[in-house]
Amino acid sequence: MISADIQTILPEILLSIYAMVALIGAVYTVKDGAAGLLTWMTAGFFVLMAVWIGINGDGTSTAFGGMFVDDGFARFSKIIILISAAIVLLMSEGYMVQRGLLRFEYPLLVALSVVGMMVMVSAGDLMALYMGLELQSLSLYVVASLRRDSVKSTEAGLKYFVLGALSSGLLLYGASLTYGFAGTTLFSGIIEALSHEVSLGLLFGLVFVIAGLAFKVSAAPFHMWTPDVYEGSPTPVTAFFATAPKVAAMAMFARVVHDAFGGVVGDWQQIVAFLSVVSMFLGAIAAIGQRDIKRLMAYSSIAHMGFALMGLAAGTAFGVQAMLIYMAIYVTMNLGTFALILSMEKDGRPVTDIQALQSYSKREPLMALVMLVMMFSLAGVPPLLGFFGKFYVLRAAYDAGLGWLAVAGVIASVIGAFYYLRIVYYVYFGEGQDGTDGAISPILWLAAVAGAVIVGLAWLPGVNMFGIEPIAAAAAATLVN
Amino acid sequence: MGNLLSLTTFIPLLGAAILALFLRGDDPAAQRNAKWFALAVTGATFLVSLFILAQFNPADTGFQMVEEREWLLGLQYKLGVDGISILFVMLTTFLMPLVIAACWDVNTRVKEYMIAFMILETLMLGVFMALDLVLFYLFFEAGLIPMFLIIGIWGGANRIYASFKFFLYTFLGSVLMLVAMVAMFNDAGTTDIPTLMTHTFGSENFSLLGVQIIGGAQTLMWIAFFASFAVKMPMWPVHTWLPDAHVQAPTAGSVVLAAILLKMGGYGFLRFSLPMFPVGSEVMGPLVLWLSAIAIVYTSLVALVQQDMKKLIAYSSVAHMGYVTMGIFAVNQQGIDGAIFQMISHGFISGALFLCVGVIYDRMHTREIDAYGGLVNRMPAYALIFMFFTMANVGLPGTSGFIGEFLTLMGIFQVNTWVAMIATSGVILSAAYALWLYRRVVMGDLIKESLKTIQDMTTRERAIFAPLVVMTLLLGVYPALVLDIIGPSVTALVGQYDIATAAYEAANQVASN
Repeated sequence: MISADIQTILPEILLSIYAMVALIGAVYTVKDGAAGLLTWMTAGFFVLMAVWIGINGDGTSTAFGGMFVDDGFARFSKIIILISAAIVLLMSEGYMVQRGLLRFEYPLLVALSVVGMMVMVSAGDLMALYMGLELQSLSLYVVASLRRDSVKSTEAGLKYFVLGALSSGLLLYGASLTYGFAGTTLFSGIIEALSHEVSLGLLFGLVFVIAGLAFKVSAAPFHMWTPDVYEGSPTPVTAFFATAPKVAAMAMFARVVHDAFGGVVGDWQQIVAFLSVVSMFLGAIAAIGQRDIKRLMAYSSIAHMGFALMGLAAGTAFGVQAMLIYMAIYVTMNLGTFALILSMEKDGRPVTDIQALQSYSKREPLMALVMLVMMFSLAGVPPLLGFFGKFYVLRAAYDAGLGWLAVAGVIASVIGAFYYLRIVYYVYFGEGQDGTDGAISPILWLAAVAGAVIVGLAWLPGVNMFGIEPIAAAAAATLVN
Repeated sequence: MGNLLSLTTFIPLLGAAILALFLRGDDPAAQRNAKWFALAVTGATFLVSLFILAQFNPADTGFQMVEEREWLLGLQYKLGVDGISILFVMLTTFLMPLVIAACWDVNTRVKEYMIAFMILETLMLGVFMALDLVLFYLFFEAGLIPMFLIIGIWGGANRIYASFKFFLYTFLGSVLMLVAMVAMFNDAGTTDIPTLMTHTFGSENFSLLGVQIIGGAQTLMWIAFFASFAVKMPMWPVHTWLPDAHVQAPTAGSVVLAAILLKMGGYGFLRFSLPMFPVGSEVMGPLVLWLSAIAIVYTSLVALVQQDMKKLIAYSSVAHMGYVTMGIFAVNQQGIDGAIFQMISHGFISGALFLCVGVIYDRMHTREIDAYGGLVNRMPAYALIFMFFTMANVGLPGTSGFIGEFLTLMGIFQVNTWVAMIATSGVILSAAYALWLYRRVVMGDLIKESLKTIQDMTTRERAIFAPLVVMTLLLGVYPALVLDIIGPSVTALVGQYDIATAAYEAANQVASN
């Protein structure tokens, strides 16, 4: 029995063992001298795990009495998390080395946070969920303040920690209410309890749990930490925040509302729809005033989370499928964009002011084109991939009878288009002084170009987004039934 | 030749890719190569598109040369042409070589400029051929990207404002259409345009937020599509992006915008609004007629007071598009025939007028009307050409402009006499602003010092105008060239529309009894 349980959770265990062994090994030997090697090894390990999960996984199995669930949904999310984390690690190496930030703890903290994320998306119990969440969050607090001598970075870490603790508190409070009224923390038990009687206490619990989850996906009105943390953290860490943890948090959100509260769709649907519409508008409007590209990307991510939540608000299997596809596309776009942001520098110092991009298209025509593709895709202009993500969630929302949400979403996307266009404007129309210099490193070049090619062409008939659609459909079907 | 349509659509894109990958450098020789290459590619596209015209059978009112492939989400990649769309395809392929030839004097970022136009051609052709809702939307919206760049990079002094306004205005219109498309997908379970044209969308009245919606879902969807096409067209009062965009766009950009991009709105009304939402069109049609009548008179008056030549012609475009929407929503044979004819003819005439402005702008670098006067003394050939297109713009019999205006007015007269009367006054007003413009620019004595050395048109410029003159005259004296092709399809469209609205009215009769 135990061996079957361990079999199910083996990727998580292996990754944890790897992280701890590497940590101890590095501490007792060369310390930061091994940082570069560890970065590559960790990224390699992630890819290996992703391949393993992709090949081995079939069917649904639970471990430890239902506390840990391994199903298609979890595997889909884990693969996205692992691959995006690996790409971010590879992209960050050059930047970190150049600025003396590459400590050996960095890749290992990322590895531990990835373990936390994997537990989050596989959780079948509120306790398991909380464990995963805290493991992920604690690691992220530390990497946010990786640049110890920078006030902003420290501030980012501290803010993230305090607000993250608050959200964890909300989540725990909700969990305790749920436990009190359902008599169990197992998702299967909660859904069972709800099928008998929907008590007010359980609904209170639901609301608090959702508030806590909304913090983690940085949905408005629980988004306040996002811009500051994005801005203050070193850029590679920001790139990481924008990708893997977002996927994990969204997947966990979907897991909780469907696995535990799937019986009361009507009750959480309105909350999620509200979060969605507020996030889309807040992200679109607040980004207009931003001059710092990292803050801008923070608001952009809030708006995108609003769209992903739109899929979730549908409360259907198609909605979950749309959300998964949206997140996959979102991660692709963000990785490509952050590859460019990482390459922005002047005299060896990172630049994040968007005005620095003036005349960029004259100096780096190809990278400017990549930026153009990414920005139009983030804005949701067809034929780029970002449009297809929006199309999926709009369809899910409309099919679920949330036509008003779809209309609100497209209007928000027009408002949001303005600030993406403004970046294109600086890159292509700007005639001021070029604010950046230096060449882009090969890894970043590859990430940016590959991202642009995927975003620009993956929708073609014949490519069909690499067949992600039926996989996401199968994954969604294991969650919603 | 099973995939002739795809071939035609994607030749320019292929050309753009080749140019992007293989042409290096920015020296004059490379620039010249880029221009010649683009000219060859668009010319080849035109030649290939002639095969489409040759294979087309006007008597068949269905879609022809259909290509189909599976795509994402149950969508399809499906192309085809019918009597309504084929001439827009031909218009596009015919004009693009002229557009490329018109930017021969551009010398900043020539390679990118050519790439933008070639991509734009692919997207425009795709709009007119797409037989899948989402595929249509894809082409329709994607066209914004190259046009945004064309205005923003190669435009005039105030180009940033114009490009943002252009993009956001049209984007806002289109996203509502996207929601309506999702709703149609939900309702009909398919995005196949031929199937949707025979699908009957719900038309039962219901109330939304306390407002009674007559015509129900059809009216709502109609409004969403209208939001997109009316902006694109553009119709009064959502036309304000057009003068800004035209004034700031480079000459070739203006030509594409006026001659082809505006036609997407009219095409959309014919392809979607009328056949798919007949009840919605019936309910909202009178509103469109009155908006068109206002547009014709109001924008003509606005055109009268313009100081900028391009702005004047832009307002004149809005007025002429008023005839088109009026003809379309008259929904009879003459009205729709006239509307399509007017769009084709306006493609030649407005394109030529913007080129006329371009000719003197290239020499004097100003579009102010007051900066000119007496050009006839030094530029006789130019004066003749400009005269010809001014007359065509006014709608002189013998030019294609007359046929379009006359047919649309005839169509509307059968439906709404008042609108017809008001619209007819636009004919006089258009004569007023067009002839007055001509007088101020070309006639009189050549007294301005700066104009004393101006040169007449070069051979290249004459060569660009020659085909436009030929087409304008040819269609003016022998309109059957167009009407024979579009006639059967239009008859089918009108017949289908009448049946649908009659059924709706019969149902209403039953309900009220």
